[in-house]
Amino acid sequence: MADYDIPTLKEEIDRETVEQVLALDVDKYKYGFETEIESDVLPPGLTEETVRFISAKKEEPEWMLEWRLDAFRRFQTLEEPNWAKLHYPKIDLQAISFYAAPKSFNGPKSLDEVDPELLKTYAKLGIPLKEQAILAGVQGAAESVGTPFGANVAVDAVFDSVSVVTTFREELAKVGIIFCSISEAVREHPELVKKYLGSVVPVSDNYYATLNSAVFTDGSFVYIPKGVRCPMELSTYFRINEKNTGQFERTLIIADDDSYVSYLEGCTAPMRDENQLHAAVVELVALDNAEIKYSTVQNWYPGDKDGKGGIYNFVTKRGDCRGVNSHISWTQVETGSAITWKYPSCILRGDGSRGEFYSIAISNGYQQVDSGTKMIHLGKNTSSRIISKGIAAGFSDNTYRGQVSAHAKAKNARNFTQCDSLLIGDKCGAHTVPYIESRNGTAVFEHEATTSKISDDQMFYCLQRGLNEEEAVALIVNGFVRDVLQHLPMEFMVETQKLISISLEGSVG
Amino acid sequence: MTTPVLEIRNLHARIEEREILKGVNLVIPQGEVHAIMGRNGSGKSTLSYVLAGKEDYEVTEGEILLNGENILEMEPDERAAAGLFLAFQYPIEIPGVATMTFLKAAINAQRKARGEGELSTPDFMRAVKEAGAQLNVDSAMLKRPLNVGFSGGEKKRAEIMQMALLKPSLAVLDETDSGLDIDALQVVSKGVNALRDGKRSMLVITHYQRLLNHIVPDVVHVFSDGRIVESGDKDLALKLEAEGYANYGGEAA
Repeated sequence: MADYDIPTLKEEIDRETVEQVLALDVDKYKYGFETEIESDVLPPGLTEETVRFISAKKEEPEWMLEWRLDAFRRFQTLEEPNWAKLHYPKIDLQAISFYAAPKSFNGPKSLDEVDPELLKTYAKLGIPLKEQAILAGVQGAAESVGTPFGANVAVDAVFDSVSVVTTFREELAKVGIIFCSISEAVREHPELVKKYLGSVVPVSDNYYATLNSAVFTDGSFVYIPKGVRCPMELSTYFRINEKNTGQFERTLIIADDDSYVSYLEGCTAPMRDENQLHAAVVELVALDNAEIKYSTVQNWYPGDKDGKGGIYNFVTKRGDCRGVNSHISWTQVETGSAITWKYPSCILRGDGSRGEFYSIAISNGYQQVDSGTKMIHLGKNTSSRIISKGIAAGFSDNTYRGQVSAHAKAKNARNFTQCDSLLIGDKCGAHTVPYIESRNGTAVFEHEATTSKISDDQMFYCLQRGLNEEEAVALIVNGFVRDVLQHLPMEFMVETQKLISISLEGSVG
Repeated sequence: MTTPVLEIRNLHARIEEREILKGVNLVIPQGEVHAIMGRNGSGKSTLSYVLAGKEDYEVTEGEILLNGENILEMEPDERAAAGLFLAFQYPIEIPGVATMTFLKAAINAQRKARGEGELSTPDFMRAVKEAGAQLNVDSAMLKRPLNVGFSGGEKKRAEIMQMALLKPSLAVLDETDSGLDIDALQVVSKGVNALRDGKRSMLVITHYQRLLNHIVPDVVHVFSDGRIVESGDKDLALKLEAEGYANYGGEAA
């Protein structure tokens, strides 16, 4: 097998980081470094006291604590679901710490007050937090183009359990956009939080969502006022650093009438031998004629080549097209995590509303992916579109699970679903599990599915032209996912193509 | 004497248990175009695959030297970077990968393997434009996924265009005339002839003499039952066309 060449893939990454990653000599995961920073870590375990501790740490009002405690009580009556095609040992919640924050942290602050260690960490990850420099037009600050987070992106940086900084807030505030950590929103904008939190994903929606509702620590809050088109991409970058902790973030995005926002989410974690739990909840609300584009590049540590370690990613993401002609579009690139359990969904409640789901899910090594979407058609003339591309390599298992339903009033509901799976090698599996329910005779649902393998002839042809095996696989896979790549913001597209190559290294030869 | 571009010595190869090449000997000096003619099933295409290193074939005996270097232990991509190009009889479809993207990936992969820097985008575009004009390949075709939905003529033109851009020292053309009408054949032949520069060598594998009216070979070899049984100048091809392969024995196709 060919040597891999990280510098050409991401020249801008610190040499130091590359060396650290290479020194670990296991995988190609380049974000596996750990930041040495003193942290406040809550001892492992989950009790009512844990919930009270988190709420107190966040200086939350009473109503928020009650909300959490209600969730906690419900959680105690729930059982872990086991319907997904995933295999893993039972997760011991009593062994996990539910809160970790850098010691230097006491609330989000301006950039010059942020711990330099943290700034360094984000620089290594390719996330520029140097907004002032960019605004002042200083050359060099914008050098990190080629990373998904280019110059004109506002970033909320979440490190373990806390949001450490949110950039471009003042710029955004000028047009009335609220972009801050959810903890701040609870304190500063209680009327919005009270109105919308849990209105898309109810507290008792499912085991992980209920757990999240009780113990969520941080995440992002976005409110786009009526008639405003958000002038820049908003993004949150999640980083798990501390050992034996879980990350339970909560994101809430509200697009008021006639508004538009494009939001990006990125995630990484250090390489560790133990599995770590990440159970997030994301709620989107689109009111009349509003549009939300939500893109994710999920690159949590996937575990080593023998399947040791990696993030357990149990995420509930749901968008509510609450207003007429509203539009929510999910685009996801899933390359990391040992286990992915994730179904970003749309409730098409408003008449004429539109939901879209574009997904690339890549599994290699011993990764397990059970992911897909739900399109729930409630309103008249609602339409949805699902394009899912699953790529399985190594010993991995990759399942698409999707539900499309039309309720009795969903006259003229339309759905088009296309699920394509690509297998690399003969030790992996791809599965497609569609659930289609229609209670309205005028609904038209289409479902297409294909499964293919990279043929020996394709490989030989590419090799004959001079591509090595890994380059050939990366090229063929990039061709396979092209329909979906086109829906990503430009900066993400380039990065994703590289990420696909990295994720598939070691899948052949 | 300069080193021949290609030297094949007593080459034996088999697929599964069946021996297909049974002692091939062939020397192609620099700048020469050699043709191999033979009936279907005589092992001509196998020879091209074995040269390019397709893994289904096992070489049991003999040597292949490319510019003096034994390439039998090399992977197909290493052979490509060393200067060997195979124009496929049936070019393979690569869905979703624009022809332009593929060309760039191939050129840069070979450059990287040879320790050269990536071609700059303006240099690449210039080279593509030049090669494209010669072969009637327009920018619309370059945007389409490689070989997907291409006509027979388009596929072969795309093959020769890759050859023009990759600048191999040895080009093996496997039945490049198959599936081409007379107009397409002329375009492709013109493209191939433009690449005859006195240094580059070619091995043209064909079933019919027709192609050799357009790409005139220096030497013609007759292939039968896994080996070369006769060699001569271009008149040998005319003789074959008139008399058929019956005189050369071997199994009938």
